[in-house]
Amino acid sequence: MAEALFDQVGSEEVIPAPAARRLAGGFTVDRELPMAHLEITQLSKRYGAFVALDGIELAVDEGEFLVLLGPSGCGKTTLLRAIAGLDRQDEGRIVHAGRDISRLPPGQRDYGIVFQSYALFPNLSVADNVAYGLQHGRSDRRLIRQRVEEMLELVGLPGTQAKYPAQLSGGQQQRIALARALATAPDLLLLDEPLSALDAIERVRLRGEIRALQTRLGVTTIMVTHDQEEALAMADRIVVMQRGRIQQIGAPRDIYRQPGNDFVADFIGRGNLLVAERVGPHHARSGDLLLRTGAELPAASTARFYVRPEDIRLHDTLDQGENTFYGHVLKCEFLGPYSLVTLRAPTADGRPLVAQFSSNYLCGREIRPGALLRLGIPAEHLQALPEAA
Amino acid sequence: MILSLPLRWCADGERLPGRLLLVAAAALALFLVLPLLALLIGSVRDDEGAFSLLRFAEFAATPGMATAAWNTLWVAALVTALTVPLAFLYAYAIQRACLPLRGLWRLIGLSALLGPSLVGAIAFIQWFGTQGVLKAWLGGASVYGPVGIVMATVYAAFPHALMILVVALATADGRLYEAADALGASRWRRFRTVTLPAAKYGLISAALVVFAYSVSEFGIPKVIGGNFPVLAVEVYVQVVGQHNFGRGAIVALLLLLPVLFAFAIDTWVQRRQQASLTARAVPYQPRPDRRRDLPLLLYCLLLATAMLGVLGMAMYTSLVRFWPYNLELTLDHYIYGLAEAGVLAAWQNSLKIAALTALIGTPLVFFTAWLLERTPARPAALATAVRAMAALPMGVPGLVLGIGYILFFNSPDNPLNGLYHTLTIMVVATVVHFYTPCHLTAVTALKSLDREFEAVSASLKVSRFVTLWRVTLPVCLPAVLEIARYLFINAMTTVSALVFLYSSETLPAAVAILNLDEAGELGPAAAMATLIVLTSALISLVYSLLTHLLLRRHQAWRNFQR
Repeated sequence: MAEALFDQVGSEEVIPAPAARRLAGGFTVDRELPMAHLEITQLSKRYGAFVALDGIELAVDEGEFLVLLGPSGCGKTTLLRAIAGLDRQDEGRIVHAGRDISRLPPGQRDYGIVFQSYALFPNLSVADNVAYGLQHGRSDRRLIRQRVEEMLELVGLPGTQAKYPAQLSGGQQQRIALARALATAPDLLLLDEPLSALDAIERVRLRGEIRALQTRLGVTTIMVTHDQEEALAMADRIVVMQRGRIQQIGAPRDIYRQPGNDFVADFIGRGNLLVAERVGPHHARSGDLLLRTGAELPAASTARFYVRPEDIRLHDTLDQGENTFYGHVLKCEFLGPYSLVTLRAPTADGRPLVAQFSSNYLCGREIRPGALLRLGIPAEHLQALPEAA
Repeated sequence: MILSLPLRWCADGERLPGRLLLVAAAALALFLVLPLLALLIGSVRDDEGAFSLLRFAEFAATPGMATAAWNTLWVAALVTALTVPLAFLYAYAIQRACLPLRGLWRLIGLSALLGPSLVGAIAFIQWFGTQGVLKAWLGGASVYGPVGIVMATVYAAFPHALMILVVALATADGRLYEAADALGASRWRRFRTVTLPAAKYGLISAALVVFAYSVSEFGIPKVIGGNFPVLAVEVYVQVVGQHNFGRGAIVALLLLLPVLFAFAIDTWVQRRQQASLTARAVPYQPRPDRRRDLPLLLYCLLLATAMLGVLGMAMYTSLVRFWPYNLELTLDHYIYGLAEAGVLAAWQNSLKIAALTALIGTPLVFFTAWLLERTPARPAALATAVRAMAALPMGVPGLVLGIGYILFFNSPDNPLNGLYHTLTIMVVATVVHFYTPCHLTAVTALKSLDREFEAVSASLKVSRFVTLWRVTLPVCLPAVLEIARYLFINAMTTVSALVFLYSSETLPAAVAILNLDEAGELGPAAAMATLIVLTSALISLVYSLLTHLLLRRHQAWRNFQR
């Protein structure tokens, strides 16, 4: 047992698990139907009349960092807890590494978990907390001590063995919780809003560390968060959820650039909704604006575009290039690295547009309310949204 | 290689907590619900065992019953009206003023809890009775009757109200007071608009507890009430004096109703209470203010003196040869009145009962609360039923429980018939009688732990029972010790349920006081009361030392808590 315990996190050189498995020889190749590492089929759960999960289908690859993102009550935590076996689903299957774990109690599944509240045992020292899952029966004390040392090194807190959780800062406590979850070398790491209780600076620092650690260990990880920036910064793939359903699954860039529906577009980043009339395969009209689009427009008579604030460009006042127009500045918010400018533009519904100009782009120029600006939206940033559901 | 895991899967199946909870539910049903049902059924049966409302008709026709019911009600109302303001001001002085020796005032304020309720009755007889030193203060009114009952009940109920109000006034949002000051609110307006609303639920709770206490207390009217009829004494007379269990059951039911009603209201009110303190609240820190502190200090001094006067008089009575004619100090009441008369065994019985109650009750209460709060014990309906049963004893007066026990366990059809009159049944009755406050203490402690401890343990493949032992229990240790102390002291001082359950071999000390008083032996009665007070005080002292030492030596982590 001891050797098995120590082989995932070895010395300095660690081979990521998927790579190691591939090296070990043809593990996934021979399968007729290659299955994902964690496969969730038709998972549903209700609390009374409230539908928490509604037919969730999800496949997680080995070594992947997957983020479940959505507003509170969207079902992301319920999904994580179903994977953990803490809240049993009503229907559906969860298969982990080829084993059907749908009905197994938490103790018979194979994962480590980290909660928002850290959930460190306050009466146990850091060493005892990290060793909590290692002390089964007559396990070798020396090996446990060594393992604890290794784990504390891994999370950047060597030498804290004798301290109690209350003596550590929030960020340090969460690192200990991470060490405790990883100490038993689980095959799956579940993170339930692990950064939400931390202050802003600590949050950014720890999210980088967690991601680096995950890449190094290659442990398949599922994280729940409501913070889109966190999701974009950490995930290999993001699963956007709402009302118990998956809205979109994709790489951070794709989710941001090509939101699959209105909800995703709205939830990830800011944006302007532009409604326009289709006048040609590549042209649409909204009020006085005639816009050329990059991709071909669908056949429907109206098209809707989601324009990110940073996609609105500032042009020379006399520039008459395609997709340019005049806008009146209504309001300008200076936010340090960039400014948010609210503009009135000759669109169909007259709804103000919000544009974002980075400070180095403006070169210290000030934008005052009432000013007239020449603006443009590059054609490649005009991609029609699917019809509203 | 990665699947190094299945080290050992948890020994506790998912079903074990549910099964254990079922055992707890069965125990509570057997020792709480069934006796109460026996009482209900007993009241609607005639002597042949057929259904009839005869007993109610009989009861209504009994002369004096209406008077007793009315007396019970107005005395309880008066006691409530006196006790709650007295206790509120006292609690206010402790929590919201800058008084020296706050701990001492608090200790004296709670001192009545150390002895049986009869201590007050005995002391008031000595102060204001026929031979009383302060008899003139009553201006011709006799202490034997409503006057004495009210005084002694106020004294006995005071600490119960004080405990609730001290907690209600302990936490206040300092920002509200700053806002009131910034808006130029007067002292009175600030009190009316900030202090009182925040303590509203505490006040309602205290009032209901005091009312219920007064309604169900029968030792006091028995000792100091003279010929003033109240329902509680009526039950005692019917059951113990005349062995008329049926009529006793009717009166007990009549007592049960107002008390259950009071606690139903309390539960409802508490449920409406929103957490008034948010995480962002700033604790209120009183600043010295002579105009407020000096009158409050005088008030505390006055009340503390009075309370010590009551306790001191009971002790003094046990030490003088013959009040008020021969004031020579002597231990005769202890030596001849108790030891030689063979009554001292009662004190030993009480020690046994109290120790067993604490030793059995504490783990039982804590473990059941743990099953409810920290395990996914199924089915949910079972958990709801256990919660309801755990809350019920608060609304059941001790003597109602006692009569229920007689009717249920004394029945020849009951296979547990052998338990009747044993020490075991007395311990069980005491645990059940004081179950609710202990349960609430345990639940509060368990709820304050991180929700996810068990989830983390499960993910680490550590059994929840191991986590209970290694984490939950050590962290909740102060609450566990507090439960043990509470059970011990209450078992030591209680009269109400046990008075119906003892035999000549299992006579408890507090009941012995009642019997001694009935025999006119006030000196030995006071001596026994003093023994009980000293025992409780000693246990409280041991408890304080124990918590202090335990927490210092084995719980170093607490020192870092922020």
